[in-house]
Amino acid sequence: MKVLITENLRIDLERERWECRACSGDLIGARDNYKRGLLVYNRDPREIHKPLLDPQKYAITYAPNPDWCRILEYYCPHCGTMIETEYLPPGHPPVHDIELDIDALRLQWQGREEVREPTMLREPPRPHVHGPGVAHLEPIRGLPGARP
Amino acid sequence: MNDMSVAAEQQALLDQFLVQNKLFFAPDPEIMENHRIEARSAVEEQLLSQPVDPHKVNEVRGLIIAALDESNTMIEQMGAAPGAKWGDMTTAIFTAAGDLSMIAPHGVGGFAAAVFYPIKFINKYWAHEPTVGVRDGDGFIHNDARYGGIHNTDQSMMMPVFWKGRLVCWLSATIHEGENGSCEPGGMPAAAESKFDEGLKMPPFRIVENFELKRDLVTFLQNSVRDPKLQLEDMKVRLHSVLRLRQRIIKVLEEHGEEALIITLRKHIEDVVVEVRRRIRELPDGTMRTISFADSTLRENVLLKLNMAITVKGERMIVDMRGTSPELLNRSINAAQASFKTMLFTGYMQNIWPDLPFTMAVFTPFEFIFDNNSLINGSFETPQAMSLIPLFKTMTIACIPMAKFNFSLPQRYTAIVAPQYDQPATLIYGGLTQHGEYVGNFCADINGMGQGGRGHRDGEHSVSPPFAAHCDLGEIELMEEDLPMVRLGAFTLARDRVGFGKMRSGLGYEQIHTFRRSGLWGFMTGCSGSLFSSAMPLFGGYASPTYPLCKIKGINIFDELKNNPEKFKFDVIELMNTQPFENAQYSTHNMGMTFELAQPGELYMMCQGAGGGYGDVLQREPAQVMQDIEEDLISPDTARDIYKVVFDERSRIVDVDATQQLRDDERRARMARGVPFDEFVKTWTTPEPPASLPFMGAWSDPSTVYGIQAGTRVTMPGSALQSQFMLNPKDVLIATLQAENEALKARLGASAG
Repeated sequence: MKVLITENLRIDLERERWECRACSGDLIGARDNYKRGLLVYNRDPREIHKPLLDPQKYAITYAPNPDWCRILEYYCPHCGTMIETEYLPPGHPPVHDIELDIDALRLQWQGREEVREPTMLREPPRPHVHGPGVAHLEPIRGLPGARP
Repeated sequence: MNDMSVAAEQQALLDQFLVQNKLFFAPDPEIMENHRIEARSAVEEQLLSQPVDPHKVNEVRGLIIAALDESNTMIEQMGAAPGAKWGDMTTAIFTAAGDLSMIAPHGVGGFAAAVFYPIKFINKYWAHEPTVGVRDGDGFIHNDARYGGIHNTDQSMMMPVFWKGRLVCWLSATIHEGENGSCEPGGMPAAAESKFDEGLKMPPFRIVENFELKRDLVTFLQNSVRDPKLQLEDMKVRLHSVLRLRQRIIKVLEEHGEEALIITLRKHIEDVVVEVRRRIRELPDGTMRTISFADSTLRENVLLKLNMAITVKGERMIVDMRGTSPELLNRSINAAQASFKTMLFTGYMQNIWPDLPFTMAVFTPFEFIFDNNSLINGSFETPQAMSLIPLFKTMTIACIPMAKFNFSLPQRYTAIVAPQYDQPATLIYGGLTQHGEYVGNFCADINGMGQGGRGHRDGEHSVSPPFAAHCDLGEIELMEEDLPMVRLGAFTLARDRVGFGKMRSGLGYEQIHTFRRSGLWGFMTGCSGSLFSSAMPLFGGYASPTYPLCKIKGINIFDELKNNPEKFKFDVIELMNTQPFENAQYSTHNMGMTFELAQPGELYMMCQGAGGGYGDVLQREPAQVMQDIEEDLISPDTARDIYKVVFDERSRIVDVDATQQLRDDERRARMARGVPFDEFVKTWTTPEPPASLPFMGAWSDPSTVYGIQAGTRVTMPGSALQSQFMLNPKDVLIATLQAENEALKARLGASAG
């Protein structure tokens, strides 16, 4: 039994391990902070949110100030998927964002069927859909009254 | 003679004396710190302990909702406040005890979810006060957020409904009025340094008797604000919408009886409590944490931390906000605990459980832990006129921990969504209009935030404020009829200012403001997020960018448009980078600007913001990236640099193999530059904030909080937060200039010597 925890992470309950959802790579024990199983990179925010106003002319440019704000990028060590990002002032301890009671999780899922892909809600058809426009046609799980 | 004991009779006399001679009916912590619904009254207990007919409840509920919808529409059609025209109002119905039961279907629920506090105050203090009382035909007004509310621009009318001589329920109507006589026009003064700078400060008091406004009190209120016409008109609008609502409720009482109304109002909230407990129970047990930063007090740049840990244990949900920044005694961005809870609840209703009935009963199962005197549990003495700075963040902050609780569920109640843009990026204005009237208010752009990326699709552009999904942006042409303001750029989506991700955020739009035909006009902005990104991402996406306030001064754009129209571009970035107007002054600023007078034809430009991105950018479908270019949401450079898509710029045909290769290369590059976590934190984490960073809040341990007391960094235990007092920014600037002056003098002296 595996339990989805985020877009990029799941827990293998039998093995009590965090796994990457992109490559199924093993990360670290489920009772541990999953970030300890990842690689981290301290990103200058101006590389992502580029200065759109000329930095020669202006101090504030639509780019975060790197002395105030850094981006910590967390990567899967097996496949390089960006599992998580964190915007922090320089030197601020990373947040232990997910701390689950694994024993309670086991009990909770004893009576549940495994969910391998995240549940999506059906949306009403729209006259114009940005992108491929197939999101509302995806199959539904667990929604009462949903059509197949 | 040292025996201080008093006889029971004397003690009773003393107690009675104290009750009869209460010095001041200040906000009552017993009311203000209790967000839960009351226990059943004797009548409710008697009615609900018998079998309840669900069909009858459903029928009565339908009638009430229709009545609420009608009264809310009345406000929208008749209201004079700009906010009323865009949907920033609601009507609501409460139990006799004051618990919010239902709101108008298109109403701003946060207003109603704050009004139960003043109703409970009236029930507790005025109902039995011989000089006040609560009678049929009475109406009470209120605006002070310290007695319940979001901020003091919102004015409410609250009316009891009596049936056969007994109070059976309360009704309310609330509008974001704007102008309220504060030290800056528009009712949201960034410059307020004490609560006495905030303008009208109404605890709940009776302003309607026998269903009519008391004209002497109305005149007092009109005399206290810049816009007496607005004050009068909307008091009438609120009263008459509530009177219509009352008519409908009386009809329900006549047709279905008192019992049916009482049962419906109470059952409605009790059922919600049961359902929320069930929803909490199905979540995994554990603790999810997140933090969020505002980078401005609106007077100076300071990094203010909101620290959140949500714990689920069985059917308990505990929201722990300890470690949040301390309150600021002379800045207007503090919020009361009750305001914080109301806005957090609003965020749950918008992003997490939007299918639940909009009643504060949703939070009855919740427990809260605060540090006293923190930014979001501010004391009675703090100014709170711009509480929106932490409160807008409050509305979106729970998206991240709740996404991590909800992701595993076999059943969803709505999409998993990254935080919406979370600052009030709008212009506030004031002055003399072309019609010779003094006004002060804000623009509808406050309702145009971009949504965060969602698990299954991109976020919507400029869709709504974070407090209500259905609020509108208003009509620019209508605004220009009433005000001297002219919008040269209105709703152009701000290209490349996106929360990038597998599912990108919705974008905000550019606003280019100016004015003419007024000799006295000015602007202010009250928004953080110019140095530190505001809307946080989810699951490996990127946040919103930061946003400046841009000004072009020293010109009259209307002369330029007449004489050199080709020089003007409807694009903030092009105007600022090319600087087309000679002799103009171009500048950027953080978005916290106290009120300043402008000259006709000068340009004030800003952006409504983007939400946070969802998921890894390398997982975004290349076809979606091309669509973003086609819709001018991103530049080709962003497609290549951020999303790593290889394509032909002219045809926008994607080279699938080359894109795969580029993305594989990037993944390998990530693995090469990434450092194992334990090793990383050894060099990254510092024991305290950098000395150069003005930081407020906990750093590592939530029980130790940093502050800035009169310019000096201090630490304090979270259990004993001290109110922080900020230096006057002008004094700081003068001191800096004096120091520079002295240094230059010394250098000149040295070179002369």
